[in-house]
Formats: sequence, structure tokens, C-alpha cells
Amino acid sequence: MTNQQSNSANPNLNLAFRRKQNAEEMKHQVITFAMMIFFTVIAFVMVAMDSISSWFTIPVILLLAAIQVIFQLYYFMHMKHKGHETIALFIYSGLTVGLITVLVFLTIVWL
Amino acid sequence: MSTYAKKQGFGATLWDFMTTVDHKKIAILYLISGGLFFILGGLEAVFIRIQLAIPDNNFMSAGIFNEMITMHGTTMIFLAAMPILLGIMNAVMPLQIGARDVAFPFLNSLGFWLFFFGGVVLNLSWFLGGAPDAGWTSYASLAIHSEGHGVDFYVLGLQISGFGTLIAGINFLVTIINMRTPGMTYMRMPMFTWTTFVVSALILFAFPPLTVGLFLLLFDRMFGANFFDVAAGGNTIIWEHLFWIFGHPEVYILILPAFGIFSEIFSTFSRKRLFGYSSMVFATVLIGFLGFMVWAHHMFTVGLGPIANAIFAIATMAIAVPTGIKIFNWIFTMWGGSVTFTVPMLYAVSFIPSFTMGGVTGIMLGAAPADYQYHDSYFVVAHFHYVIVGGVVLGILAGVTYYWPKMFGTMLNETLGKFTFWLFLIGFHLTFFVQHFLGLMGMPRRVFTYLPGQGWETSNLISSIGAIFMSVGIIILLINIVITSVKNVRVGNDPWGDGRTLEWAIPSPPPFYNFKQLPLVRGLDAYWIEKMEGKKEMTPAEPLDDIHMPNGSIIPICITIGLFIAAFGALYNMDNKTWSVPVIIIGLLITFGSMLVRSLKDDHGFHIHKEELMDDKDKEVKA
Ligand code: HEM
Ligand SMILES: [Cu+2]
Repeated sequence: MTNQQSNSANPNLNLAFRRKQNAEEMKHQVITFAMMIFFTVIAFVMVAMDSISSWFTIPVILLLAAIQVIFQLYYFMHMKHKGHETIALFIYSGLTVGLITVLVFLTIVWL
Repeated sequence: MSTYAKKQGFGATLWDFMTTVDHKKIAILYLISGGLFFILGGLEAVFIRIQLAIPDNNFMSAGIFNEMITMHGTTMIFLAAMPILLGIMNAVMPLQIGARDVAFPFLNSLGFWLFFFGGVVLNLSWFLGGAPDAGWTSYASLAIHSEGHGVDFYVLGLQISGFGTLIAGINFLVTIINMRTPGMTYMRMPMFTWTTFVVSALILFAFPPLTVGLFLLLFDRMFGANFFDVAAGGNTIIWEHLFWIFGHPEVYILILPAFGIFSEIFSTFSRKRLFGYSSMVFATVLIGFLGFMVWAHHMFTVGLGPIANAIFAIATMAIAVPTGIKIFNWIFTMWGGSVTFTVPMLYAVSFIPSFTMGGVTGIMLGAAPADYQYHDSYFVVAHFHYVIVGGVVLGILAGVTYYWPKMFGTMLNETLGKFTFWLFLIGFHLTFFVQHFLGLMGMPRRVFTYLPGQGWETSNLISSIGAIFMSVGIIILLINIVITSVKNVRVGNDPWGDGRTLEWAIPSPPPFYNFKQLPLVRGLDAYWIEKMEGKKEMTPAEPLDDIHMPNGSIIPICITIGLFIAAFGALYNMDNKTWSVPVIIIGLLITFGSMLVRSLKDDHGFHIHKEELMDDKDKEVKA
């Protein structure tokens, strides 16, 4: 029974539906996990290949990193589920504040 | 168990307050220590005004003057205004959302003690070789070259008290998100709770930049780093950015709770629902967001370039829109209401024109090209005192008067309160109104004296006389507090008669568990709704049951004292004292040792049993 607990806040969902949901969830997690490993491999390969300019490598790696963070938060830390709105709000507010700071430092302090 | 009923000796009371984790007692601690620092900062202000009352004065030397203005600003912002507001939040917010305490009572106490000892570190500088003298903004180019240990006290004191504030902010956030009573949705929260919520978020995001800045400055001064030293390849502008990324949100951390207090007062004493409640919430959140995008308006003259200046000027002016929304909503709340001019309401009404004037000069300063004229003149001094004294301090005085009965169970004398009000208001405008013109006539800020014959004499004298008025007002307030406490006439649940929110539905002061049964909230102004239906009490949302309460603890003080000791080790490290490193280690050992004890020793709190609560009720019925 312990394996069959639902991730949903609603205890009234029937078991069959919950099973199906869990299977779905598992599928998503396996897919994202595979993609994350794939992205990591890409990152390593790009760095290893001398023929690719670092002007291309660095932004691509940063982009891949950002996607991995999103996967991590939404699929493994359940942010896509209900009841995480406040958390999302605070994460995005913090990001906004932080990124504005970085943007300003990049444009008028460091460069 | 209940500490209210028993008569205690002084030692027992002291121990009680040192170990308490009750939000209402921590609120009192904040209020008392914030009040003491407020008086200290006020004295410094009076000394500044004495020195500037006449030209060519030699009441104090230039060096002492710099220490005075630095300590005045730092004390007032970090050790007086913010803690007193945190105190009011602690006292009121959990009651307003129908909670029995904050989410982390232990951290609440830790936050207070960190603030308090941080303030003590800062002020010990007076006795240990001189206070900081680089201004409350402590710009790095000045701070790095400041002689003696003054700036080190600033860095370490603010670092410690900053941790305390950050802890308090996080605690309030969690409390408001998780501990609202059944029925208390976000859009039914009283306005003061909303502002507490937004302010706590601002604290969460604004204090880390300050912490980073202080750490860099600490390493520059104490351990020979060169983050801000231009000659060694550093960049002194980075401090300014870090400071103001914190600093501008900080001014909103100060003003938003005052907005909340005034919102409560306006609707209570107009006997009307707050006009445009949802737009008020929206405006508060918007101010919070915009507050993070305008910091460079303090740095227009640094030479950021026209594009950066233009962007920040426009963002700055945008803040006037939500602020204006609020002003109009307050006016419309009074419109058509049955207004009673109690002391808190007098503060609230006079706050509107006073604060608006500060807002208008803010917009003038926000116009980047014009700011080249105003910057670093007395015009800026007039601006920020209009918003801080005309907004924050009036808010504090109003809030303390309004919530005094809830916190202490006695009512401050209204007549003396009116004396304080008029003296303070008149004194405030006398002191700061003329400073606008001093600034426009070219008097720079932060000068320790000036020459005669520039047309500045009269205005400066008026300004100093105003300071006397304000001081007398505050002294009368203190007398009022003493008289009220000695007389000790107890008041009931709702002493103002028109309370609208949950805090007025329970005794003053509330029992230590606040609510015997959590109340059911059926709309905005929950208590008012029940009153309108002829009920005297809130409908309970749960059956009477055991209540779980946390135990008190001395560990917060131990953690803090460790940091206090370590701070002195760090401070004298740059003098190559042999004892400094061992002192740092001992201090940190105490801190981390106490934390370890806290983590390893289980503390499950205690339960108040159902039967005890019922006894209580029986007694109430008999009496
Ligand atoms: C309409 C809203 C406001 C605007 C547009 C505004 C704008 C400005 C600007 C442009 C300056 C820099 C002036 C200069 O140094 O040349 C300034 C300084 C200042 N403002 Fe405001 N302000 C506003 C509201 C507030 C509020 C609500 C507070 C505090 C409660 C506040 C506190 C301060 C302080 C403390 C300074 C001086 C900092 C220093 O240099 O020591 N302001 N303001
Ligand atoms: Cu500002």
C-alpha cells in the first residue's frame, strides 16, 4: 500500500486513476532523467571538441543548465503539482531581483 | 504555567523575558529596546541640531560631528524604526490571522537577540575608540580610509543585527502562509498583515545584498582584501550598488508597515471598511516589486550614463502611482465615515499631507537631471525626513498608541497624547520644512558648520527650535507611559470600541495561547461582521481541545553572545593582537555549541489541557 500513495492532495481519487497517474509520473521522470543525462553529455562533448568556439559553447551550456534546473524543479521536486503556487511566486520574485542585479552589473559596472 | 496571573519578582520576570518565545513578549522586548535606541538616536539628532543652530559653532568638533550623523542615521533606521515596527508586527500580526504564535517561536527569540546585541556592538563603539564616521551609507571610499575601529563596529554590528532581521522576516512569511485560521483567505487578511507579508518578502530579498556588501567591506578592512580599493584594482562603485540594492527596498520596509497601521486606523475610526481593499493590496505588492528596480536613483550623479539614469528615473516615478492609489483610498475611507479624532486618528490624518509632501520631493529628486542640483544638499535631507518622520515615525507613534491597550492592557492618556501629537507635528514641520529651502540655497548635507552671511542662519535656527518641540513631545509621551503604567487601569477586549479585526475579539493583553479555540473567519474585518450580527465573540472553528505550546529557551541568547564575543575578536584582529584569533574561536564555539545543543536535545513543548482551559472559562463567567 505504501507504494500506492498518491501525489495528489485529493484523497478521494480512485485507486485505478491514481495508479495510472503514478505510471504517467514515472514515465515523465524517466524521460526527464534521460534528457538530463543527455544534456550533460552534450555539455562535456562540446567542451572537449576544440573545433567549437567558446562563444558558442558557453551560451549553449548555460541554456542546457537552465533547462535542467527547470526539469529538476518541476518534475523531481513536484513544482508542477498543485499547491506550489506560493513557492513558485517566491522563486520567480527572487530570480527577478537577482537577474536585474546581474543585468545592471553587466551593463554599467563591469563592462 | 500562565505567567500573567502570578505576581513575580524582578529576577523571575527578567529570566522570563530572556527565555521567552511568546510573540507578545518578544514584541514588548522589541518595543522597549527599539524605544531606547530611538531615544539615543534622538539625542544624537538634538546634538546635531545644537551644533548647526548658529554659524561657526564649536559645540562639537568635525570628527565628532561625523560620528554623530553616522550613528544617528544608522541607529534610527536599523535599531529604532525597524525593530519598533517588527515589535508591532510581532504583537499584532499573529492575532490578526488568528494564530497562537508565529511559525518558529524559537527563531523569533533568536532574531530579537541578534538585533539587540548587534545594536549593542554598534553603540559600544562610543566607548571603545570612536564611533563609525563614514555616514549611514558608509560609502567604501570613505569607509576603507576611516581611522580607528569605528567602521568595523558598523560592519559587525549591522551584520549581526541584519541576521536577526532576516530571521524575523522569514518567520513572518512562513507564519502568514501557513498559520491563518480557517476562513482567513489571503484576500480577507487585514491590511496590516498584508503589509507585514510584503515587507517580510522585501526583507528576504533585500538583506542578502547588504550582507554581501558588509562581508566584502569586512574583508577589505580587516583581512586586507581589495574589493573596493580602486588603487588595487577594486571598484568602489560596487559598494554603492550593493548598499542601495538593499537601501531602497529598506525605505519601503520602513514605510509599508506604517501604511498598514494607518489603514487599520483609518477604517477603525471612520467606522468604515477600508476603501478599495483589493486595490490597496495590489498597490502594496506593486510597491514591493518596483522597490527593487529603482535603487540607482541614489546614484544619478555617480556617472552611470544617460541611458541608465533615464531608466531608473522612469522606474522611480512609476512608484508614485501605487503610492497615489493608497493616498486616495485612505481619503475615500474617511469620506462619508463617522470619523472620531482619537490620538491615533490625528496621527493618521496628519500623515497624509506630511507624507505626500515627501513623496512630491521624491519625484523631484527622481528627475535625474534635476537631481544634479539637489543631490547631497539639504533638499535630500528634507525629503527623506518628510517620508521617514512624516510617514514612518508618525506611523510608529500612531501604532504604539493604537495597539498599546492590546499589548499592555491599559489605555494611554488621550489628553497627554494630544499634547505629544501637536508638539511633535509642529516640531517636525518646523525642523524639516525650512531644510528644503536651505538645500535649494546651496547648503550641502553632512557639513559640521557653515559661515555666516549666506542667508542660512534663520532657517537653521528655526530648524533647531523645531527639534526642541519634537523632543518635548516625546518626553510627554514617556511621562504618559509612566503615568498609565502606574495607574494600571485595565481595559476590556475592544477598548477603542470600533475594533474590526480578530485581535480585538480577545482579551487585552491576550492569554499566552491567544485563542482558546481558533476563530472562524467569514469575511474581511472578521470581528466587525460578527458584531454587526449582534454577537460578542467569534464563532469557533474547532472544538475545545488541548493546545500545544513551545517551551521557553535560553539558547537564543547563548547563540547571540557567542557571535558578540567573536565580533570583538574579529574587530581587533587587524591590530595584530595575539588574543584576537582565540577570541574569535571561543565565540564561534559558543555559537555553534549552542546550536548543536538545540539540534540534539529534543524539546517537544508542552500541552495545555482541555480541563485547564475550561476552568479558565468558568472563572470568566463568574467574574
Ligand atoms: C514617491 C516615492 C519616493 C521617491 C520618488 C523617492 C526618491 C528619492 C531619490 C531620487 C533620492 C536620492 C536623492 C539624492 O541623493 O540626490 C531619495 C533619497 C532618499 N529617500 Fe526617497 N523617494 C521616495 C520615497 C521614500 C520613502 C518612502 C522613504 C523612506 C521611508 C525614502 C527615504 C529616502 C532616504 C533615506 C533617502 C536618502 C538616502 C541618503 O542618501 O542617505 N524615500 N529618494
Ligand atoms: Cu530610494
